[in-house]
Amino acid sequence: MLLPIFSFNKSQIIAFPLTGFSLQWFETLLYQDTLHEALKNSLIVAISSCTLATILGTLASRSATRYDFKGKQISLTFILAPLILPEIIVGVSLLIVLIQLGLSLNIWSVILGHTLLIMPFSIIIMNSAFNNLDVSLEEASMDLGENRFGTFYRVILPLVFPGIIASLLIGFTLSLDEFIIAFFLTGTDTTLPVYIWSQFRFPKKLPTTMALGTILIFVSLILLSISEYYRRRTYSKDFVLSTEKEPTKPIKINKD
Amino acid sequence: MSNQVQVKDVIKNFDQVRAVDGVSLEIEQGQFFSLLGPSGCGKTTLLRLIAGFEVPNSGDILIDSKSMDGVDPNLRPTNMVFQNYAIFPHLNVEQNVAYGLRKKKLTNSERASMINQALDLVGLSGLNERSSNALSGGQKQRVALARALILKPKVLLLDEPLSALDKKLREQMQSELRHLQKAVGITFILVTHDQEEALTMSDKVAVMFDGKVEQVASPRDLYERPSTQRVASFIGAMNFIECKVLEKGKNLKIRDSVLGSFDLSKEQVSGVSSNNSITIGIRPEMISILPKGSKIKNSISGKVSDISYFGETTYYKIKCDIDSKIFNISAQNSFGHVDYSIGEKIEFKIDLKSIVGFLK
Repeated sequence: MLLPIFSFNKSQIIAFPLTGFSLQWFETLLYQDTLHEALKNSLIVAISSCTLATILGTLASRSATRYDFKGKQISLTFILAPLILPEIIVGVSLLIVLIQLGLSLNIWSVILGHTLLIMPFSIIIMNSAFNNLDVSLEEASMDLGENRFGTFYRVILPLVFPGIIASLLIGFTLSLDEFIIAFFLTGTDTTLPVYIWSQFRFPKKLPTTMALGTILIFVSLILLSISEYYRRRTYSKDFVLSTEKEPTKPIKINKD
Repeated sequence: MSNQVQVKDVIKNFDQVRAVDGVSLEIEQGQFFSLLGPSGCGKTTLLRLIAGFEVPNSGDILIDSKSMDGVDPNLRPTNMVFQNYAIFPHLNVEQNVAYGLRKKKLTNSERASMINQALDLVGLSGLNERSSNALSGGQKQRVALARALILKPKVLLLDEPLSALDKKLREQMQSELRHLQKAVGITFILVTHDQEEALTMSDKVAVMFDGKVEQVASPRDLYERPSTQRVASFIGAMNFIECKVLEKGKNLKIRDSVLGSFDLSKEQVSGVSSNNSITIGIRPEMISILPKGSKIKNSISGKVSDISYFGETTYYKIKCDIDSKIFNISAQNSFGHVDYSIGEKIEFKIDLKSIVGFLK
C-alpha cells in the first residue's frame, strides 16, 4: 500500500515524512529504453500466452464438460496441477526440461511457462461457462437444421463469449505480473517484473521502479475488474426455466 | 391416410437400464398422437429417438417410408418443441424464429413475410424485436412453436411442452395447440404424463409403462375399454373386483357375491386366461346412488365410509353389506343432488355395460 504513495513523493529517499507531490518519477519512465524493451517483451508474452491458454482451456473444458472419456479425471488433475504447485517448482522443473531438451531460453520459453500457468485458470472459468450452457440449446440448434460446426459458431460461442473474455483478461494480468517463472525461463528477453527486480540494485532508480510498480498494480486491478464483470455475465441456466405468466393473445388460425 | 412415422421394434439401453424395450408404433399423417406414461417410462427417450438425439440399439424408425438410421437430427424432417423451450437467450424473438432459415435461399422480403406469418400463427405478431429474456413462459412456448413450424416439418415433436405453465394457461394452450394442429395439418407427436392432456388433445394415445407400449387407442377407447389394469388405473380411477367365470361361451358368464350374475361380451374383455378367475373394472361414475327409499332389482346396499369433496364432484367410499366390499363412487354435484354423510345407509346400482374384464 505504501508503494504507490512513495511513487508520488518528491524525494528520492524512501522515508517519511513525505516531502511533496511529484510526477517526476513517472516522467523518467518515458526515457528508459531497456524498460520499453521489457514492456514490449511482457506484452508479447502476455498476449500470446493468454490467447494460447484460453484456446487450449476452452477446448479442454468443452470436452471435459460435454464428453466422458477414459483418463479424463487424471488429465484434468495434471493440467490443474500448476494451481497448487509452488511457482518456483514449476519454474525450476520447466528450466530443467528445456535445458535437457537442448532448447535455448528466449521469449518462447516464457510464453510456454506462462501458458502452463494460466491454463488452470482458463479451464476453471470456461468450465463454469460450459456448465451453465443448457444442452437443449445445442439440440435445438441441431434440430433446426444446423450441423455441429454451425451450432458451435451460432449458439455455443456467443453464449460462452463472456467467459472467453474473462479468461483472456485474467490470463493477461497473470502473465504481466508473473515473476518467478519468467525469471527462470527468460534468456536475454527480460519481461517487466524481471526488469523491475533487476532495478532494485540501484537505489537511485528506486522511486522510478516504484512508479512502474504503481502503474502495473492499477492496470492489473482494472483488467481483473473487467474480467470479473464478464465472468458474471455468462448466461445462466435459470434463464431458460423462468416462467412467469403474462396474458397472451390466443393463437390465430390461418387457413392456408 | 398413410403411416407417416413407423417405429419398428426399437430398443434403447442406457448403461444397464433398458429405457425403450421393443416398441413398435404406426402414426398416421396429420394425426395428433400422444405418448402417455408415468415418469421414467421411456416416452421422452422414444421422442428423442424419433428426433435423432438418441440412436437406437436395435430396430428402425421410418418417416415417410425412409429409414432414419444414421440420419443426424439436423437432416430429419422433424422439429421439436423442448420441455424448457430452449429459446436462444442471446437472440431476440425474430432471430429465434428465423434460426432455421439460414440454409434456405430466401430473399429478404420472403424471409420477413415467413417470420411474420409464423409469429401471427402463434399470436405473437409485433413482438419481433422483443428480447428473449423479456418473454413469459407462455410466450417462450409460442416462440418455440413458431421456430419449429416455420420450417414446415413433416412431424412436430413436443416434449411435455405444457408442464411448465400454470393450470389456466395450460388449459388455454391445450385447445390452441389442438386447433393449430388441425389448421397446419402437420403430424404432432406429444409426450405427456398428464392423462387429461392426452385425452383432450389427441386423436390417438399410446400408453407406455417400463419402456413398453401397453395400449394404443383413441382417447375414448382408452378410457372406456382399457386393455390392462395398469392402463385403467393410470387413466382415471377404477374399482377392481375379483370374480368367478362360470361359463366361457360367446359371452362370459360372471358371478360375484355382491354384483350377482351377469354377462360380459367379448368386446368388454381383454387378455387370455386358463383358469376361471377374472378381474372386472368399474369406473366410479358408472355407479349411481339411488334416491332414498327406492329399491330396484339388483340394487346393492351399503354404508358411506368416507367422503372426499372435489367441487363439481364428490367421491364416496361405500362399504357393501355383503362381504364388506369397498366401492368408490363419484357423484356429480349438479342441480338437485343429495349429499350423504358418513355412516348413512344407501342403495346403488352399477351400469353393467360399462364393466370391463381383465383375464390373466
